[in-house]
Amino acid sequence: MPPADPAIIARRNQLATGLRAIVGKEWVISEESERAPYQCDGITAYMAMPLLVVLPASADEIRSILLFCKKHSVKIVPRGSGTSLSGGALPVEDGILLGTARLCNILEVDPLERIARVQPGVRNITVSEAASPHGLCYMPDPSSQIISTIGGNVAENAGGVHCLKYGVTANHILGLEAVLMNGDVLRLGGNYLGAAEGGLDLIGVLTGSEGLLAVITEITVRLSPRPETARVLSMSFPSVDAACHCVGAIIGSGIIPAGLEFMDRKVLDAVAPLIQETFDANTAALLICELDGSKAEVDALVQTVTAIARKESALEVRASTSDAERERIWRSRKLAFAAIGKICRDYYCTDGTIPRNRLPDVLAKMAVFSEKYGLDYANCFHAGDGNLHPIIMYDSRKPGDLEKAEAFGADVLRTCVDVGGVLSGEHGIGVEKRDLMTHQFTATDLEQQQTLRCAFDPTELLNPGKMFPTPCRCAEFGRMHVHNGQLRFPDVPRF
Amino acid sequence: MLSHIPQKLLENPDIALSGDIIGNCVHCGICLSHCPTYTVIHNENDSPRGRIFLIRDMYEKGGAPDAKTVEHLDRCLTCLACEAICPSGVEYSKLIGHAREYVEANYTRSHWQRAVRSTLEMLLPRPELFRLSLYAGKLGRPFRSLFSGTIRAMLDMVPKNPLPAKGNINKPGLYATKETRKKRVALLTGCVQNTLDPAINDATVRLLNRHGVDVVVARGAGCCGAPAEHMGDEDKALPYVKANIDAWLREADSPEGLDAIVINASGCGTSVKAYGHALRNDPAWATKAARVSALAKDITEFMTTIGLNKPAIETGQRVVYHSACSMQHGQRITVQPKALLEEAGFEVLDVPEGYLCCGSAGTYNLLQPEIANELKARKLKNLKSVHAQIAASGNIGCITQLADEAGIPFVHTAELLDWATGGPLPPAMTERAH
Repeated sequence: MPPADPAIIARRNQLATGLRAIVGKEWVISEESERAPYQCDGITAYMAMPLLVVLPASADEIRSILLFCKKHSVKIVPRGSGTSLSGGALPVEDGILLGTARLCNILEVDPLERIARVQPGVRNITVSEAASPHGLCYMPDPSSQIISTIGGNVAENAGGVHCLKYGVTANHILGLEAVLMNGDVLRLGGNYLGAAEGGLDLIGVLTGSEGLLAVITEITVRLSPRPETARVLSMSFPSVDAACHCVGAIIGSGIIPAGLEFMDRKVLDAVAPLIQETFDANTAALLICELDGSKAEVDALVQTVTAIARKESALEVRASTSDAERERIWRSRKLAFAAIGKICRDYYCTDGTIPRNRLPDVLAKMAVFSEKYGLDYANCFHAGDGNLHPIIMYDSRKPGDLEKAEAFGADVLRTCVDVGGVLSGEHGIGVEKRDLMTHQFTATDLEQQQTLRCAFDPTELLNPGKMFPTPCRCAEFGRMHVHNGQLRFPDVPRF
Repeated sequence: MLSHIPQKLLENPDIALSGDIIGNCVHCGICLSHCPTYTVIHNENDSPRGRIFLIRDMYEKGGAPDAKTVEHLDRCLTCLACEAICPSGVEYSKLIGHAREYVEANYTRSHWQRAVRSTLEMLLPRPELFRLSLYAGKLGRPFRSLFSGTIRAMLDMVPKNPLPAKGNINKPGLYATKETRKKRVALLTGCVQNTLDPAINDATVRLLNRHGVDVVVARGAGCCGAPAEHMGDEDKALPYVKANIDAWLREADSPEGLDAIVINASGCGTSVKAYGHALRNDPAWATKAARVSALAKDITEFMTTIGLNKPAIETGQRVVYHSACSMQHGQRITVQPKALLEEAGFEVLDVPEGYLCCGSAGTYNLLQPEIANELKARKLKNLKSVHAQIAASGNIGCITQLADEAGIPFVHTAELLDWATGGPLPPAMTERAH
C-alpha cells in the first residue's frame, strides 16, 4: 500500500470535527476501539486501521464529504457491508472509510418498467424481496447477497451462481447516480431499459470500477420475471477430468443452465457430516446443474442433461422432484466454504476465470502447486463459466504460511491468465490481485486504464492502492505527479 | 479470525474457549443481515461481527475494557439471530456470555448503572417483591413523562390494566391428570410470568393434564437465573441454577421419575438448556446440570412428542405467530409451535422480518429503551401488516413488550392450544369480547 502520510494522521481530531459538521456527531467514528472492527472486509489477512469512519445518510452528505476531503487532501475508501473478498474495502491509515450502510432505502419499485431504484446501502436480497409481490426478482445473486449491498455489488461487478444464464451485475444496471471528487453529480441512464443507449457506456465504466472513479449514490436495477420453475441435477463422476468434460459437453450442446457448479472430493468429504449424507466412494467430483424456465422446458432439459452426463461416464445422476429436494441438493454447495472452514484453521480463496475447455489442465496444475508449497487445497467453483475458486488451506498461526498460500494463489492466477483467462471472475482485483495486473495487462493497457481513472479522479484520493500496482501518471495530463518526493520519469523532458 | 490473547488470560478456560470461537469466525458478514441492532443503527460496532472484533481486542489488551467497547457489548440483545444464521457455526452466545462476565469483573460502571442493574437482579426473580414493585410502579405511572431512560421504560412497562389476580399454579406440589397417566413432567412456573400473566401457567397445566400428563411444581425451584446472567453476573445467577437442578433432580430421581422439565417461557428455556454449559467446569455439578439441560423441553416441543388431541371446538381464526428469539434462535424451535396451532384449527401467519427481535430481550427494554422502542415499533408494524385476529407467542417478555399496542389480543401459544382442545377462552380474548 502507498505509505501513510503522518501529517494527515496527526490532524485526525481536526478532520473529525469538520466531518461531524456534515454528518452529525455520532456518525463520525474516531475512538480507536470503535475503528478497530472496520480494519478489514471479507478478507481478514489484510488489515489497516482507518483514520476515521464516516457514515453519511444522504447523497448530499456524501458530496459534502468528498469536497471536504478534496480540500484537505484526505483519501477516501468507500465501503458497503464489508464483504469484499479481494480487499476492495480495505482501509488506508491516512484516509477515511466512507460507509454507505445508512443509505438503505428502496426508493421505487416499478413493476411495469421492471425496475427498482435503490440507494447504495440497500442489501441485494431486499431488492428481490421488494419485487417479489410482482413476480419479479433481481437476478445477480452473489453468495453474500443476504448482506452485501447493491452499491458494493456495482463497484465489484458481482456475479453469483445464476450469472451463467442471467449475466453479472453489469448486465442489470440501467441507471446510476454518482458523485465525483470535484463534487459533480453524474446521472447516467435512467428508469427504463435502454435509457443509457446512444452515449458512451459510462455505466459500464463505473460498474466494476472498485470505488476508484466515483462514489455511487443511487442505482436503478433491472428486475426480471422469477423463473416459473427450477430443477436441480446432482451428477457424480469417477474423475475430475470426466466432470470437466461434462461441463464442456453441456455448454457445447447449447444448453445454458441457470447454474453449473463443481465440487471435488475434498469438498464433499468436508460437507458430508454437515448434511448427514454420504457420497459414493468412487465419486471424485460432483456437478450440480440447475435448469429453470417453464415446466415443460425444464423437464425436457433435465432429460437432455441426464443423457449427456451418462455419456460422459457419470456414476449417478439425481434430479430433484420437489423444491425441498432442490434445496437439499443446493445445501451441499452452499455449505461448502463453511465446511472447509471447519477442517482447516484458515483458507484463502481466489477467483481466476478460464476458458471452460482448459479446466482439466488448470486443475491438474493446481495439484503441482500444492506439492510445491506443501499446502492442501480443495476445489468448489462456478464450472459453467469457468470461474475457479481454489480453496487453499493454511494456518495463520504458522509464520510464513499465509505468504505461501498467497504465492500458491498467485501461481494459480498466473496460470489462468496464461491459458487465456483473467485474474478475476467476480471478486474484483482490490489489493489481493493488484500486483498480478501486470501479468494480465501490458504497460500500455494499464496506462490507458489509469488515464481513464484520472479523467474521473485526478486527485487519486478515491480508494488508493487498489487495482493498480503503481500510482497514476496524471502528470502527463497537465499535473505534476510527485511520488515520495520524486517526479516519475524525471529524465523525460516536460513542457 | 486470528487472535493473540495473552497466555495469562488463556488460563481462564472461558477465555480460551472464546479464543477458539473467534478463530472460527471468517468475517464473512452474513450475521449482520439478521442483527437487530445493526439493522437499526448501521454501525459495524453494533453488529455480531463487530462485537467479535471488540471482544477479541478486549482480551488481547487485557485489563479494563474502555467505555465504548462496553457500550457496544451492552447494546447486544443476545437474541442469537446471528448464531442461528452463521454458516461457520460461530457460537456467539458463549462468546458474548463470557465477555459480559469479563466486563462485570473488570469494568467499573457508574453508580447509577450499578443501582439499576442490582435492583433488576433483585426484583425480577422474586414474584412477591416484583408484584409489590408493580403496585409502586402503578402509583408512579402518571408521572412517567417526567422521567427518561430506564425509569421511564420501567414505568412504561407497568401494565395499564389492573394486575391479574394470582393464578392457580402458585405453589409447589402435584397437579395431577384426571386422564390415564401417560407422562410426568416438572413445570418451571417462571418468576415474572406468574405475576404478569398467571393465565399462561393455568392454561399450560390444564393442557398437559388433559393430555394425560401429571405436572409437578418442584419445591425449591424458582427463577432460572437468566436476569442476572444477562447482565453478566454469573455469581448471582448460579445459586438459582443450582437450586433448580437440585429441585428437579429430586423429582427425577423419585420413584415416579420425570419425563421432561416443561418450560413455557422460551427465554427461561434457553437459559435452562444452557445449564450444562454454564457448569461444565464444575466437577460437582457438570453431570447434574447436563442432565437437567437434556430434560428441558419447551411446551410445544413436549406437546409435539405426545401428540395433540383433536380440537374440541371449531376455531379457524387467523393467528399471527411471533417467534421469540429465544425460541427460534436460542432453542432453534421453528416448526412445532406453528404446526400445533394449525393442528388445533387455526390459520397461522408469519410476521414479516420474523427473525428480528421485538426489543424485549429479558431486561434489555429496561436497560436500552431507545433501541428497544425502535425495534418494538418495527415489530408492531410488521405484525399488523398481516391483518390477523389473534397474536400468539411462547415468551412472556415479548407478550409484555407488544400486547399493549398490538391492536389484537396477544396470547401464549399454550392458551390457544388449551382453548382449542377444551379449555376456557384465553382471558386476553375475553376482555376484548367485553
